[in-house]
Amino acid sequence: MNMQEKNISENNFEQCIKCTVCTVYCPVVPVNPLYPGPKQAGPDGERLRLKKGLFFDDTLKYCLNCKRCEVACPSGVRIGDIIQAARIKYGSGSPKLRDMILANTDFMGSVATVAAPVVNATLGLKPVKAVMDGVLKVDKRRTFPKYTSKKFESWYKGIASSQDSFGKHVSYFHGCYVNYNYPQLGKDVITVMNALGYGVHLLENEKCCGTALISNGMIDQAKRNAEHNIGSLRKSVQEKKMPVIGASSSCMFTIRDEYPHLLGVDNKDVRDSFELATRFIYRLIEDGKAKLVFKKDYKANVAYHTPCHMERLGWSIFSTELIRIIPGVTLTVLDSNCCGIAGTYGFKKENYEVSQAIGKPLFDQIGRIAPDYVACDCETCKWQIEMSTGVTVKNPISILAEALDLEATAAANR
Amino acid sequence: MKFDTIIIGGGLSGLVCGIRLQKAGRKCAIVSAGQSAMHFSSGTFDLLGRLPDGTPVDDPIEAISKLDGGHPYSILGADSVEKYAAEAEDFFAGCGIKVSGNAHKNTWRVTPTGERKPSWLTISDFTPLEAKDSAIGSKALIVNILGYLDFNTRFLADSFERQGTSCRIESIKLDEMERLRKNPSEMRATNIARVMDRDGVWEKAAAKVKEKLQGEDVLVLPAVFGLKDASVVEKMREAIGVRTMFIATMPPSVPGIRSQLTLRAEFEKAGGRFFLGDTVVDADYNEDGTVKSIGTVNFGDIRLYADDFVLASGSFFSKGLIATPEKVCEPVFGADLTIAEGRDNWFDRNFWKRQNYISFGATVSSSLNVSVEGREIANLYAIGSLVGGCNALYEGCGGGVAIITAMKAADVILEK
Repeated sequence: MNMQEKNISENNFEQCIKCTVCTVYCPVVPVNPLYPGPKQAGPDGERLRLKKGLFFDDTLKYCLNCKRCEVACPSGVRIGDIIQAARIKYGSGSPKLRDMILANTDFMGSVATVAAPVVNATLGLKPVKAVMDGVLKVDKRRTFPKYTSKKFESWYKGIASSQDSFGKHVSYFHGCYVNYNYPQLGKDVITVMNALGYGVHLLENEKCCGTALISNGMIDQAKRNAEHNIGSLRKSVQEKKMPVIGASSSCMFTIRDEYPHLLGVDNKDVRDSFELATRFIYRLIEDGKAKLVFKKDYKANVAYHTPCHMERLGWSIFSTELIRIIPGVTLTVLDSNCCGIAGTYGFKKENYEVSQAIGKPLFDQIGRIAPDYVACDCETCKWQIEMSTGVTVKNPISILAEALDLEATAAANR
Repeated sequence: MKFDTIIIGGGLSGLVCGIRLQKAGRKCAIVSAGQSAMHFSSGTFDLLGRLPDGTPVDDPIEAISKLDGGHPYSILGADSVEKYAAEAEDFFAGCGIKVSGNAHKNTWRVTPTGERKPSWLTISDFTPLEAKDSAIGSKALIVNILGYLDFNTRFLADSFERQGTSCRIESIKLDEMERLRKNPSEMRATNIARVMDRDGVWEKAAAKVKEKLQGEDVLVLPAVFGLKDASVVEKMREAIGVRTMFIATMPPSVPGIRSQLTLRAEFEKAGGRFFLGDTVVDADYNEDGTVKSIGTVNFGDIRLYADDFVLASGSFFSKGLIATPEKVCEPVFGADLTIAEGRDNWFDRNFWKRQNYISFGATVSSSLNVSVEGREIANLYAIGSLVGGCNALYEGCGGGVAIITAMKAADVILEK
């Protein structure tokens, strides 16, 4: 009996009762027969790996780390974590040049934004795509997200002082995408929060959350980033008493859950003070601490896509409920299916076809509904859906920024 | 976040209750920690197959009078059980799931290993047998898909032959399936169904099956068709032309998962909110002792409020009940449980005998209210396999208890 109680292993491994439910919801299995599936790659394989590491199977790299197996598991087994932890522990060390390039969103972004027009034009050229495809194995059919010529952080410096005048304050983890590719989302976050009476501040020297570093096996670098970011979160939450918000679901998920589960970086003391802006705003409204006033003439037919990591966080309800309160918006929540991009996964030549096949049910449904735009809390899903359907994708915060009567909202929250 | 009713558990019982309430205009949320046991469904729902003393039951409604007072059917009363049982067919039809059955007469289903079990409602994929020893035909052809291991053709043939049906076993090979076969561990019912359901593939399967026929009057196939849409099953029947019996496979269950997805979609279409992959961790109470709100892992400090709460969290498998070597408990509210006295009475060392722990569960009132430390909670109900006092496995009553308690709890809430 004592043995039974003490037999607790990592990631609830010992709770697996071999029920097969996870295999039903894996988006990779139906399209890639090389992948052994979450049950075999996860708890079943782990039984063998615990005996000897040589049972590690290289095909675990086909796991998207979408965590849909974990959402489905009735026994609370962290199947995705077991798979990723095995890749970290037993995987073959050094990543390829291509993977290092794709994973280093911070470094690449810093270089590319300096010469953004040239980089954007170059990445769109056929010969360049051919070289990237042939030499680097980055698929030529993929459209690259554009780099911005002025980083969000540089833009923010110009408005930083205006944020001090507000009565209440939050910090904002903007992420690489906002900084290097799409500063508009960051500006929208500030617009909305300012209207609600909050000044928005940046964290001290924010670093990439590390999602792509983890999935490409660059664990030491991911750990360094994690420790730095948690330090910055602590400064904001504990010293400045500012909670931290974000608008990118994967950064959010990585910092809250992957840091402790995969990188061994403890975040217990700040985890509850770091959340998506939509959840933060939802709470304010529910507690009667904020009021949203919308434009009278705003009209849109919106379809919401639940990103995988949003499904795992269980937070899409906050984004959808906020969109639903906009008068003039009709919202359809799309079936929760993976879009197939999974960060850098879909950029790799060997994954392109699988990536598009995974996303097909989602693309087809968007095609049938033909919304004015798709709402989604994840950037990589945005690239994938825009590239594959031609429909514009907007973050729920950007939708709020568009639909709010900003002056009336600001007046109501003064 | 405020709802009229919050249901903890998104399996058969939670969904039936949620759909009934939501369609009556109540705002409901379901919190479900992972997917449900519907994923292992046999394709039928049982009502009552045998009495606790082992006597086989032919007419479940009539047999309720022979159950002891602690059985959920006795608590609700035979009239109430009969009334809800009579509604079930229409209820599922209204959700887009075709079932048929008679609460006064059990039929028999064939299990994946060829056993016969009593059943009440049968999902339209399957063919119920009139009696335990009914022959399925005079000559049967059993066809499997090459490489599929969760369909035991030999067991089935042995069992059909015992009733005088001569059997032949064949398998078909489809090019479309060869890709899947590269990965033997994922050659599962659901993955096969995904390929089969594509236009062109099931037609090809039907044609190949027809080619194998040598004058048999009944064809037996694994239930690996129609993961999202049951019409594929009917189209297969039509295309083959010979009387076709689909037999439930080892898990995962294609018709079970389709039913789960259909019920969830019906609940959400009616405006219900379904929170999958979230776990309820605690509850707090109003001054009068009723439940005020619950907290979950994902909602964190944002509480979920409701006027009524329904526990549909299941038994041990889904952690509706938690067992330690010393005790069994219901983890959210600490509900009072009906448990066998003395740990030695929890189980039988013979695995195949009746296991008493299966009958452990919440003690409920005639309106399905739960009590905590002897005090009844006016807005907390238990339904489905969490309800104690019946041994679903031994008595064959899990489906009926799930459906009927769910309908009853919904009506109690609606009549308040």
